[in-house]
Amino acid sequence: MSASLSLFDRIWSEHEIRHSESGESLLWVDRHYLHEGSFHAFDQLTSRGLSVAEPGLTVGITDHYVPTVRDGSVALDPQIMEMVDRLEINAKRHGIPVIGLTDSRQGIVHVVGPEQGLTHPGSVVVCGDSHTSTHGALGAIGFGIGASEVAHVLATQTIWLAKPRTLLLQFDGRMASGVTAKDVALHWISALGADGARGFAIEYSGSAIRELSMEARLTLCNMSIEGGARCGLISPDQVTIESLRGRPSIPKGTDFDRASRHWLGLASTEVSCFDQRYVFQAADIQPTVTWGVSPEEALPILARLPDPIDAENPGKASQIADSLEYMGLTPGQKLTDIAIDKVFIGSCTNSRLSDLRDAAAILKGQKSKVPGFVSPGSKWVKSAAEAEGLHEIFLSAGLQWREPGCSMCVGMNGDLLLSGERCASTTNRNFKGRQGRGSRTHLMSPAMAAAAAVAGHLVDVRSFSEARL
Amino acid sequence: MRPFAHLHSWACPLPLSNIDTDQLIPARFMRTSRSQGYGEFLLHDLRRNEDGNLRTDWPLNKPAAIDAGVLVTRKNFGAGSSREAAVYALIDGGFRCVVAPSFGDIFASNAVNNGLLPAVVTEQDAELLLGALGNHGSLIDVSLERQIISLASTQIYFEIKPNWKIKLINGWDDVALTLSMKGEIQAFRQKRSVNFSWLFL
Repeated sequence: MSASLSLFDRIWSEHEIRHSESGESLLWVDRHYLHEGSFHAFDQLTSRGLSVAEPGLTVGITDHYVPTVRDGSVALDPQIMEMVDRLEINAKRHGIPVIGLTDSRQGIVHVVGPEQGLTHPGSVVVCGDSHTSTHGALGAIGFGIGASEVAHVLATQTIWLAKPRTLLLQFDGRMASGVTAKDVALHWISALGADGARGFAIEYSGSAIRELSMEARLTLCNMSIEGGARCGLISPDQVTIESLRGRPSIPKGTDFDRASRHWLGLASTEVSCFDQRYVFQAADIQPTVTWGVSPEEALPILARLPDPIDAENPGKASQIADSLEYMGLTPGQKLTDIAIDKVFIGSCTNSRLSDLRDAAAILKGQKSKVPGFVSPGSKWVKSAAEAEGLHEIFLSAGLQWREPGCSMCVGMNGDLLLSGERCASTTNRNFKGRQGRGSRTHLMSPAMAAAAAVAGHLVDVRSFSEARL
Repeated sequence: MRPFAHLHSWACPLPLSNIDTDQLIPARFMRTSRSQGYGEFLLHDLRRNEDGNLRTDWPLNKPAAIDAGVLVTRKNFGAGSSREAAVYALIDGGFRCVVAPSFGDIFASNAVNNGLLPAVVTEQDAELLLGALGNHGSLIDVSLERQIISLASTQIYFEIKPNWKIKLINGWDDVALTLSMKGEIQAFRQKRSVNFSWLFL
């Protein structure tokens, strides 16, 4: 293979079955994840009388609608349980393996896939969920797709796509203590805008990225869509290889060695092969939180809120004014003066073991001033966290320790904020109404959310931890 | 899929940026089957007061907007969640075309797969159109063939990917086309399952 190709280019060409005159490519799909929202696609298949081409390359996982309290203490909503059941019924009808509600591996698709070794470097992964970009952390192309495309993949195991351009986001130097992958994501999205990477496949590189653990990389790639990108990848390296070794659906023995050599060989080698490149200094990145209703409306925690008067144009001014009004905030206010009502730690962005450890380190021996809950990303994460006693730290702090699912990131299961409630949230979207009608979401890292819970307001986790010593 | 011919329709202004798919259809409405129609959920929480009544000051709720087939809006329309229900809500609400300076990529694909035209114009032209539509909107013409939006004497060029234009004009659907390539796909699969056997569980 040519040395001047990027990881994305290499995977793309390896999966291209055909290139059409109109400029689209027909790509082979290695892994197709389904969740409860796939019922539209199954309805389309049924109405056309089509069958599933490759049930063995498809995996159903219940996450979007699953209740996070399942111990019988709360009555389950029958309409919501019907959505959960419908995935299992549709999957079984077509011979698709499903990781259902009672399965010991259940959790959020983008946590479970990598955890079970179902996502391999160099593969093309699709799912009817925009955060499929997460899987790029392993050096895979992960595309979020709509229901019609889900139906197409079910029927053919392929997808038509026009090749996106490539964008290199390079982070040089080292991140300061207290700064996480979540802050890196919010930093670049606030710099380039929520549509700054539209039409691009991102590759994250640089010394700061190389130092990230696999879990941190999953967080970073997860947020690619929030900057408008189709996907976000990181070239496979030893961190990738070691994170995969021994996982259930990863090859073993000599197959693993052969696969590893192939995976490492896919890595991008030159910056010149990208269509566009931005270089950031990792040391410039501060703990970052969102203040508005788009992930681009994010600022370092010690900043003050913008004033529409200072905006560069009338359109921007009205956007700032609209966001401040929805969020119930005033221009020039200090971020650290914003009091919160709830805390939520979870979602495909920040619910892995290291995220829970980060939050627990802050909450240890402390009380949360606000109610809230922690929803681990999967049952595996839940067990691992409990083995370390993390759940006891959360419970002692006054937070609830729930079951895995998408939960209050999207609220489809009924985990919602009340109108006007303000939440320190480790999720990925602060859109109007995302966590419930009238809800006010501030996105941040797990450590920052935990610190906000203890303080009762947004706070700099760095000064917070020092003050406690 | 219904082919997209020439459109002569009322255009409704929506002068907001970043209308994401959570706003186009809040998640709680996505449990019903498509056959029941998604039109009433379109922009539900923006258009309605907390008591569920329509806000009279909202552009889409004005009497003239009832027949609107075109929505003119600002940048990054349809960002966020991949929910195709956002497109269903627009189509079931009577829309065949959205005009904006930029669209969320997944939304735009979903739109084309359902016969909804995502017409990309420059930011200046979007503002020009919004200005010309005023508060109530106006009748406009959309020619997909010529990629021109006409409003009185104003003519505005819009962008659409060539492959999407062909699909929309012909009302083509990918599934039938791809199924006709079954042999080629099978041959590819065969090769892949030999070279990368570990991907086949």
